[in-house]
Amino acid sequence: MVVTASTGLILQRNFLAYRRVWWIFATGFLEPVFYLFSIGVGVGALISGFEVGGREIPYAEFVAPGMLAASAMNGAVLDSTFNFFFKLKYSKLFDQMLATPLTTTDIARGELAWSLLRGGVYSLGFLLVMLAMGLVSSWWAVLVLPATLLIGLAFGAVAMALTTYMRSWQDFELVTLSTLPMFLFSATFFPVTTYPGALRWVVEATPLYRGVVLCRELTTGAVSWDSAVSVVYLVAMGVAGLLVARRRLDSLLLT
Amino acid sequence: MIEARGLRKSFGGFEAVRGIDVEVRRGEAFGFLGPNGAGKSSTMRMVAAVSPVTDGRLRILGLDPAVDGPAIRARIGVCPQEDTLDTELSVRDNLYVYGRYFGMGRREVRERVGELLDFVQLTDKADARVDDLSGGMKRRLTIARSLVNSPELLLLDEPTTGLDPQARHVVWERLFRLKQQGVTLVLTTHYMDEAEQLTDRLVVMDKGLVVAEGSPLQLIREHSTREVAELRFGVAEPGAGHDRHVERVADLAERVEVLPDRLLLYTADGEETLAKVHERGLEPVATLVRRATLEDVFLRLTGRTLVD
Repeated sequence: MVVTASTGLILQRNFLAYRRVWWIFATGFLEPVFYLFSIGVGVGALISGFEVGGREIPYAEFVAPGMLAASAMNGAVLDSTFNFFFKLKYSKLFDQMLATPLTTTDIARGELAWSLLRGGVYSLGFLLVMLAMGLVSSWWAVLVLPATLLIGLAFGAVAMALTTYMRSWQDFELVTLSTLPMFLFSATFFPVTTYPGALRWVVEATPLYRGVVLCRELTTGAVSWDSAVSVVYLVAMGVAGLLVARRRLDSLLLT
Repeated sequence: MIEARGLRKSFGGFEAVRGIDVEVRRGEAFGFLGPNGAGKSSTMRMVAAVSPVTDGRLRILGLDPAVDGPAIRARIGVCPQEDTLDTELSVRDNLYVYGRYFGMGRREVRERVGELLDFVQLTDKADARVDDLSGGMKRRLTIARSLVNSPELLLLDEPTTGLDPQARHVVWERLFRLKQQGVTLVLTTHYMDEAEQLTDRLVVMDKGLVVAEGSPLQLIREHSTREVAELRFGVAEPGAGHDRHVERVADLAERVEVLPDRLLLYTADGEETLAKVHERGLEPVATLVRRATLEDVFLRLTGRTLVD
C-alpha cells in the first residue's frame, strides 16, 4: 500500500475526531487480554499444552498468538464495516471529501490506513502483555507486529469492499455470522489436526487460520515455507479488497 | 468560467439533463432557476466535477472534469444542498480539516479558519459541536467551508432552502459580499426572489432543458407584462369555480392564467384593470396588484408554478 500525503490528511481527520473519545479505544485492547486470561490461563491450567513445530508448548503460549491474530481481524473489521458504513451512508463524510481534490482511491487508502494504525496499537499492547507473561519464545516475534498489520490489511480491505454492498444495519449480522465462527474454529483454541480430513482442508483455507498460524509460527519460532504461503494469501486478499472497494466507491459516490 | 454545450446526464433510463448550453463568465452571479427535478442539481454535480458527464462538452475553468477533476476541485468551492458537515468534529475543526484536504499548510489553514469564522459570524461558536448549531448556522458554516481554499468559482446548490426568512437574509447578505469581492457565484434555486436578489443572469430550467435565459429584468420584460392583477377566489371544483369567469375578463388583460385559487391578469396597469373587473360586477374574495416576477415568467414558459 502506498502511503501518500492524502493518506496522512485522512489520518489526521480521524485522529481529531477520536481525540475526544479516545477511551473507546480501550475495549479493542482489553478484549483479547480478557480472552487470554480466561481461556489461555484459566482453561490452560487444565490442559497440558500442544505440540507446535515439533516442540511441546504450554496452552497459554498456544492461545496467545491466536488471540493476537483474531483481535487484529476484529479491530480491522469493526472499523471497516460499522464506521465505514456510517461515513459512507449517514454522515456523508466521503461526499464532502470528494468535493476537494481528494479521490476515491485516497479515501479507500486513508480509511484503511487508519484502521491499520488503530489495530497496530492494539496489537502492540497485546504483544507487550505476552512478553510480560513470558509467552514469547523466539526472536522471530519481532515480525509478528507487521504480521498483525497484514491481517488487518487483508480483513479491513475485504470488509470495506463488502460494506459498499450493504443496504442497512441489519446486513451487518452477516459480518458477525462470518467472523465469529472464524474466531472460534481457526485453530485459535485447539490445533487444526483435531479436524477430520476434508474439514481440516476447509479450515486451512480460511483467512483467519492463515493469520493465526502465521502469528503462532512467529512467536514460537516455528517458521517454515507454510508461513510464506500465509503471507502471500493475506497480501492477495488485501489488494483484491482494496481494488473492489475503490471501484465500488466510484460507482456509489461519483454518480 | 463554465462552458457547457449539449450537456446531458442520464441515470439508467432517466434523462435528468437533456442537452443544455450554458456559459458563465468570470465575476458574475449566475443562477439556475427551476422547480425540483428540473435537472439543476445534476448539472451542478457535473460542474463540481463529481459526476461524470453522460454526453456533450463541459469545461470548467478551461479544464475537462473527466481528466482534471482534482485540479478543478482544488480551485472551486462547493456548498451542497444538504449540509455534509463532519458531525464528529467541532466547528473550527470542520474548517481546519477541510482546508487540509486541499493540501493547505497548517498555519495557512489556521489563519484562514479565523477569517472565515469571522466572515460567517461563528467565531463564538468555534468550539461547539456541529449538531448543536441551528439550521442557519450550519448553512453558514457550510458556506465558510466552501470558501476555505479561496475559490475562484463558488457553486451553491439551493443555498437557503429550509431556512427561516431571517436566516435567509443573513446568507444572502454574505453571498452578496462575496460577489462584490469578485467571486464568481453559480447557484441553483427554486425561489424566484432568491434568483432576483442574487443573480445577474440566469437560465430557467424545466424537465432537463433550458427554457429561457437572460437577466431577471430582461426575462420579466420578455415573458410577462409589467404588472399583475390577482383575483382570489376560494378553491373550487373545475367548471364550477372561478375558471368560468375567465371569459368575462379575458379582454381586460394581455393574458389570463388560472391557478387553483385565483386568476392572474397580466396587464400594463393593474389598478386600472382591477377597476374594470369591479365594473363588470365580479366579486373576488380578495384582490392584489403587484409587479411581475420570475414566478410569472416560469408560469408563462411552463404552465406550472415553481413551488408545487
